[in-house]
Amino acid sequence: MTMDLGPHAAFIVTAYAAAIVIVAGLIVWVIADRRHLARALDELDAQGIARRSQGASKEKP
Amino acid sequence: MPVIDYANPSRFVALADRVLPWLMGATLLAFALGIWSAYLAPDDYQQGATVKIMFIHVPAAWLGTFGWVLMSAAALGTLVWRHPLADVAAKAAAPIGAAFTLMCLVTGSLWGRPMWGTYWVWDARLTSVLVLFIMYLGVIALWRTIEEPARAAKVVAVLTLVGAINIPIIKFSVDWWNTLHQPASVLRLGGSTIHPTILLPLITSLVAFTLLFLTLHLAAMRNEIMRRRVRTMLMMQADARA
Amino acid sequence: MTALAAMLVRDMRLAVRVGGGALIGVLFFLIVVTLTPFAIGPDLALLARIGPAILWLGALLANLLALDRLIAMDHEDGSLDLILMARAPLELALAAKALAHWLTTGLPLVIAAPLLGLLLNLDPAATGAVALTLLAGTPALTFIGLIGAALTVALRRGGLLLAILVLPLTIPVLIFGVAASNAAIVGPVPFGAPFSILCALTLTSLAIGPFAAAVAVRQGLD
Repeated sequence: MTMDLGPHAAFIVTAYAAAIVIVAGLIVWVIADRRHLARALDELDAQGIARRSQGASKEKP
Repeated sequence: MPVIDYANPSRFVALADRVLPWLMGATLLAFALGIWSAYLAPDDYQQGATVKIMFIHVPAAWLGTFGWVLMSAAALGTLVWRHPLADVAAKAAAPIGAAFTLMCLVTGSLWGRPMWGTYWVWDARLTSVLVLFIMYLGVIALWRTIEEPARAAKVVAVLTLVGAINIPIIKFSVDWWNTLHQPASVLRLGGSTIHPTILLPLITSLVAFTLLFLTLHLAAMRNEIMRRRVRTMLMMQADARA
Repeated sequence: MTALAAMLVRDMRLAVRVGGGALIGVLFFLIVVTLTPFAIGPDLALLARIGPAILWLGALLANLLALDRLIAMDHEDGSLDLILMARAPLELALAAKALAHWLTTGLPLVIAAPLLGLLLNLDPAATGAVALTLLAGTPALTFIGLIGAALTVALRRGGLLLAILVLPLTIPVLIFGVAASNAAIVGPVPFGAPFSILCALTLTSLAIGPFAAAVAVRQGLD
């Protein structure tokens, strides 16, 4: 960073780094989970498991 | 289309597919604004540049408590109205709320070391936020331990509502007890006590992080619906083979 | 009312039988109190100062031990279904069970505390204060634990999860129990203030515990 963060720069940088890591972790989790589930759904669809149709769908909550 | 129609998971997924790109865009825009205004924010008279940690610590704290409030509302939806998507909303919110609570604890600790001279102190606010984090982990553990999603949802709902007592304790702890943590300075009667040059980046940051939470939550809800479909289909497959 | 009295007596009888957990709690309490000087060192002055805290922690953990049997045992042998079908409301049945648990687990801890206080070099005033706060606070521990037991009723090895769920909720009881004990010993805060809050916590848990537990049991068994 080109700005002067003062004598406690290390703490500020570490805090922002921690925030970035945590947020990135959340984003990665959501995306990876979706990919994994989409693949599972595709595989099951390919095997011909019929899902109950949309209109009459009463998904178990 | 009346709101109740979105109680249907398939319709909800369709809605989520449409809304998410916009939410993501809004989040990115808000963050761009937030980072730019945080960069330009002046140093605090007493704290110097470390005041910039506030721009991530305060939103994290807000979202940690907001997450539990969201889960509590969903818990009511599950127990009282048996709304089908309430379970999904509750389960999706737990890891996200836990992550932001962790961020609050970590950034707060790193802010406390230069400012107060210590990484941790057992005052009312820090302790109640730590307890909140532990309760989040308990909820996540409970979700994973009970196999059937519908039953898990109801049991977790009870735990969530019992644990909700911690939320007002967190909010008002700095008022009720003499603590090292500073008292409320944003949302209080009589207006904020923070100077606009720092308040504005803070508000921007709050908005940006909240949009991020909503984006992640919506995407996670969509994932959870997909997860339940996979489970149902696997069960049907097992039945067919049996 | 006779039905609930019967429930109370039944639970108490089961608890004091071999494997019931009543006196095991006291034994665990003794072990915890014995272990602390090994960890902290035998400095008597130090032990006297933190004595109330050690006694409270020991009581808290000992109380936790018998909790996972509280409802799960009935679930395993089918009695829980009978209780659900009975005329007496589930809330009262659970309250009776919790009362039985306190009488057989909590109360022995309160009685044992003064004796263990001797091991920690507590003077009579301190010992009395700790015993009184434990008397007022252990019902809260039991009734809050009741909620945790209800949440984990259908889980096979829910014991550890039960502890994780219950302990955060018992933190206020611990805080005020120790605060009241210390207030009686060192002051300057008068004993009455934290003690009344402790009593309030107990009364609240007596009121809320059975209801929350009943909801959890019903939902957990669906």
